[in-house]
Amino acid sequence: MRHVISVLLENESGALSRVAGLFSARGYNIESLTVAPTNDPTLSRMTIVTIGTERIIEQIIKQLNKLVDVVRLTDLTEVQFIEREIMMVKVRAVGEGREELKRMTDIFRGRILDVTESSYVIELTGDDHKITAFLDTLGSENIIEVVRSGATGIARGEKSLKV
Amino acid sequence: MELSGGEVLMEALKEEGVEYIFGYPGGAVLHIYDALYQQNSVKHILVRHEQAATHAADGYARSTGKPGVVLVTSGPGATNAVTGIATAFLDSIPMVIISGQVPSRLIGSDAFQEVDCVGITRPCVKHNFLVDSLENFASTIKKAFHVATSGRPGPVVIDIPKDLTTPDIKVAFEYPDHVEMRSYSPPELGHPGQIRKAVDLILSAKRPIIYSGGGVVLGGASEQLCALTKELGFPITQTLMGLGAFPASDKQNIGMLGMHGTYEANMAMHECDVLIAIGARFDDRITGELDKFCPHAKIVHVDIDPASISKNVVVDVPIVGHVTQVLDAMVALVKESSRRPEKTDMESWWAQIREWQAMDSLGYDLSTEVIKPQAVVESLWRATKGDAFITSDVGQHQMWAAQFYGFDKPRRWINSGGLGTMGFGLPSAIGVQLAHPDATVACITGEASIQMCIQELSTCLQYNTPIKIINLNNRYMGMVRQWQEFGYEKRYSHSYMDALPDFVKLAESYGHVGMRIDKPSDVDDALKEALSLTDRVVFMDFITDQSENVYPMIEAGKGHHEMRLNPRKEPA
Repeated sequence: MRHVISVLLENESGALSRVAGLFSARGYNIESLTVAPTNDPTLSRMTIVTIGTERIIEQIIKQLNKLVDVVRLTDLTEVQFIEREIMMVKVRAVGEGREELKRMTDIFRGRILDVTESSYVIELTGDDHKITAFLDTLGSENIIEVVRSGATGIARGEKSLKV
Repeated sequence: MELSGGEVLMEALKEEGVEYIFGYPGGAVLHIYDALYQQNSVKHILVRHEQAATHAADGYARSTGKPGVVLVTSGPGATNAVTGIATAFLDSIPMVIISGQVPSRLIGSDAFQEVDCVGITRPCVKHNFLVDSLENFASTIKKAFHVATSGRPGPVVIDIPKDLTTPDIKVAFEYPDHVEMRSYSPPELGHPGQIRKAVDLILSAKRPIIYSGGGVVLGGASEQLCALTKELGFPITQTLMGLGAFPASDKQNIGMLGMHGTYEANMAMHECDVLIAIGARFDDRITGELDKFCPHAKIVHVDIDPASISKNVVVDVPIVGHVTQVLDAMVALVKESSRRPEKTDMESWWAQIREWQAMDSLGYDLSTEVIKPQAVVESLWRATKGDAFITSDVGQHQMWAAQFYGFDKPRRWINSGGLGTMGFGLPSAIGVQLAHPDATVACITGEASIQMCIQELSTCLQYNTPIKIINLNNRYMGMVRQWQEFGYEKRYSHSYMDALPDFVKLAESYGHVGMRIDKPSDVDDALKEALSLTDRVVFMDFITDQSENVYPMIEAGKGHHEMRLNPRKEPA
C-alpha cells in the first residue's frame, strides 16, 4: 500500500543521505522524496512516498525513528491529510492544438507559465491522481519534458507535526 | 582553559574516564598525536593495522561494558577501520572512533589520503559526525559517547579535519556534563501493561522456553535473567551472543540454539507454546527457515530497540525497554502472583527435554591418533576451570568454542557473531587482556582466521599482553570446507590453506613462545604448560582432524526440528 510519511529532521549536512541511505540499504521503495527547510531554520521537513506491506511500513517508520537526525515523524496515511505536488510540463503546442491545450489546462486548473510559437510550459498542482490524469490527457506524443516536485503532505485539522 | 583541538580531545577523553585508546598515527592526526604525547592520563596502544585497533577497542568494550576508543588517520586509516566498525555495529558494541580528515579547505578536492569517512561509515555506525568548528568539538565528543553507550549501543565515528586540531588555534574548553539531543531519546521503561500481559502469558505456559541474547549481556542484566529463570524454573537457551548471561553449568540451561545449537534447544524451540525472547533479535542464524519457526508459540519479546520488534518474526507481546528494568518488573510480578504453570505440564515438558538431551547431540568420537578440535576446547575449559576470557575468530573453531567452553559468566565470551569477522580474535584479545591484566585470556582460532590479523603478535609483545592462542589447525577453512562437503559434493574450491607458515617459528620471531601439538595425549599437558607461562604469549598450534564437522547443523531452508546430526547419532 502507498504511504505518505512526513519527517522533521535536523537541518544538518548528511541528514538527507542518512534517510536515502536507509531506504537503499534495506531495500525499501521510494516513490518520491522531497525535502526543504521549515519556518524553523534548524529543521527540515521531508515527505517520503513509499509502497510496502504493513510490516514493511512499520519497519520503515521504526528505522527512520532510529536515525539520530530524525526529530519526529508521522505516517500521514493514518489520518485525514492533504497531499499536493507541483508539476511543470513542457508540451508541443502548434496549430489548433494550442487552443485545446489551453482549455484542458483550465479544466485541470493549471496555469500556462511560458509560451513560445511551438510550446507551452504548464504548471499544475494536485495530488498524484490529478497529475497522472492530466499527463494521460495530454498524451505522451505531445509531452516534451516533465518535472514533478514529488508529493508534500499535511494533516487536516488541528493535528500537527512539530517539535 | 584555552585548548587546541588535540588537547580538547585528550581532556574530553579524560573526562569520559577513557583508559586506553587504540590507534595508528598518520598525517591528518599528527596534531592529535602530539597532544597525546604531552599528556599521561590516556594510554595509547599502537596496533599494526587499523582493523586491529577497532577490534582491540571492541574486545575492551565487550569485556568491560565501557566504550572502546579508537584513533585513526584519514583515508586508508579510516577505511581499514571500517571492518571493525561494522563488526561492532552488528553486535551493538559501544565504541567511539575518532578519524582524522584532510583540512576543511581541501575536503572534496580528492586530496591526499582523503575519503568521505562519514559517507563510508554511515551504514555501519549508530551515528557519525563531521566536526565543523573547534567550538563544537567538545560537545560533539560528549554526544558521541552518549549515543554510543545509551539505548541499543553501537559505534559512533567523529571525523575531524586536520585544521581544527592545529596546535596554535585554541578554544575555551568546557566539557558539558550532560547532553541535549531533541532527536535522540532511547527508551528506558517498559510499558507496565505490556509487562503484566507478558507475565500472564508466561504463567499460563505449558511448554515455555526462555531465549536470551546478547542484549542481556550488553544491558548488564545477567543477574535479573538468572532471577527470572530460577523463579520460573523454565528451560533457557542462549544465543551465540548471549552465552554466559545464564550459567552454562546450571541444569536449566539447555545450551545454545540456532544453526549449530543443541538438539534439545532447537527441538524445545520448535515445540514450545510460549517463547520468551529477551535481548535477542531473531537473526537468521537463530530462526532457520522463518516459515517453520516456533509454529506453536505465543511470543514475548523484550528489547530496547523498537525496530527489533517484529522485524523478522511477528511477536504477540512486545516490550520495549531497558532489559534490567523490564526483567526486574517481571520478576516482581511473578513473585507477587500465586499462579504458576501447572506442575504436571512442567514435569512432562522437562521430561521431554531430558529425552532430547539424552541424544547427546554434541557428542563426538575421541581418537588416539588425531587431535579432535572439540577435545582441545574441553581441555582448555578444564585447565582454566571454565573461568578464562575466550575470544574467537570465525568458523568451525568459533562454534566449537561456543559449544564446548561452558561460560558461567557474562562478558567472558568475545566473538564476532553478527558480522562474522575473521581476524577478530587476536586483536580483540589484546583489548580484553589490557582491561583484565591478571585474567587468563585465550584466543581460540584457526589457521585461516589467525592470519588475517597475525601482525598483531607484534602489538602483544610491545604491550606485554600474555594471550594464549589456541590455533585449531586443520589446514582448511573448516566451515567453508564443511559447507562444500554438504552442499557442493566435496568440491573443496579454494578452502585449503596451502603454504602455511611454521607457526612455531613465526611466534618465536615475534618474540613469543611457539608450541606445536599433534598428539591427542599431549593436549592436556601442553595447555597446562602454556597456561603456566603467565607472562608470555604462547602460540599453540594444534594439528587437528581435517574431516571434523560442526554438528548439529540446521541447513538452509530447514526448521529447528530438521537438524542434521552427527552421522554417529543417526539411527543405523
